[in-house]
Amino acid sequence: MKKLLRLTTPSSVRSLSNNLRGFCLLGAVLCGGFGVAWGALFAPADYLQGESVRIIYLHVPSAILSSVLYGTMALFSAIFLITRLSAFALLCQAIAPIGLLYTALCIVTGSIWGKLSWGAWWVWDARLTSLLVLFFLYIGYFALNDAFSERARARIATSVLVLVGAIDLPIIKFSVEWWYSLHQPASLLRRGGSTIHPEILQPLLLSIVGASFFAAWATFMVYENISLSIRLQRLESSDSA
Amino acid sequence: MMRRLTAIAMLLSCAGLGVFLILSALRENIVFFLVPSDIAALEVDDSSAGNNGAKKNDNRNESSDISDERRDERIVGRRIRLGGLVVEGSLAHDETSGEISFVLTDGQARVAVNYRGILPDLFREGQGVVAIGEVTSRSSDTSMRATFRAERVLAKHDEYYMPRGLEKSLKKRDLWREEP
Repeated sequence: MKKLLRLTTPSSVRSLSNNLRGFCLLGAVLCGGFGVAWGALFAPADYLQGESVRIIYLHVPSAILSSVLYGTMALFSAIFLITRLSAFALLCQAIAPIGLLYTALCIVTGSIWGKLSWGAWWVWDARLTSLLVLFFLYIGYFALNDAFSERARARIATSVLVLVGAIDLPIIKFSVEWWYSLHQPASLLRRGGSTIHPEILQPLLLSIVGASFFAAWATFMVYENISLSIRLQRLESSDSA
Repeated sequence: MMRRLTAIAMLLSCAGLGVFLILSALRENIVFFLVPSDIAALEVDDSSAGNNGAKKNDNRNESSDISDERRDERIVGRRIRLGGLVVEGSLAHDETSGEISFVLTDGQARVAVNYRGILPDLFREGQGVVAIGEVTSRSSDTSMRATFRAERVLAKHDEYYMPRGLEKSLKKRDLWREEP
């Protein structure tokens, strides 16, 4: 385990990223494109909500990924704090903008869906509020990261923030069970199996896979960008020296 | 390395405990809505909250139980969000005044709701809704616990998604929503 972690260096992650990026992009276009098109054009309308249920193919994948990406950041932050392997801090930095993107998408699509089904764009319900907290955690990550001039300090500070913020994840997940909320309870990851009819579930699962591939591809792209800018900085500083 | 791991575990458990305590203390504020039978519990909260300071002196000569009338005064006019199922057959629409009325239930108590405005598309009998407004009168009778004036009505939908038409055949075969 320790040896495996040691192998995770910024350059080894970069070569992994170079090898997997193309595959991830292909997966994103195929699964995501096919899944969303299937859902938008061919899947049946819901018995109660009618056509507006189709927002599910954007809302649920982005909601799942907003939490999963944050969870991954929290795991990498913990590993970074324990081992101080910089690759994990860089990975966090690469995931953060993608997580923020999905969280924003989740809020926007959820808001539209809320207006169509509940009759309100926004309510201060436990699920919505805890997801808004997640949105601000991502914003906080960027703010804190920019607040330090010294990289090493910024990495430790942001890792602690991400780790403590992970407490929000179980609150988001169980908010609909612990408190009466306007948001409906879980329909996908629940005991007793999904409550979504297979004809709606299949394109939904495909969209989730596609969105995950897209998240991986985008993370690798940002990672490449970060490593290139670090290299550029090194070259510049060695030039001036 | 072990030291850092323990430090992180300590940090997380302390923060987790803190959040847990805050959330349990705020429980009543986090629930998005109250249900009809909660209206009975609301009065108990009110009377215990009113038992301090100057009010305590006023109440000293009275019996410890606050009379029903006083309880009614406290609950009436209070702004709450009330959630429940719309009782089948209770929806009535007065064409001349534009007044809409329906009955909400949580299976135990019922509340009569009056509303003037546009109902959301998903509003239908047997479906869950949340009404935002104030209690206009109260009674001890659980068959009609209170009357309620709603300013806004939100529709709630459940976690079941299925194609149109399927629910009719499920209802016919009595397979409709077996699990709670």
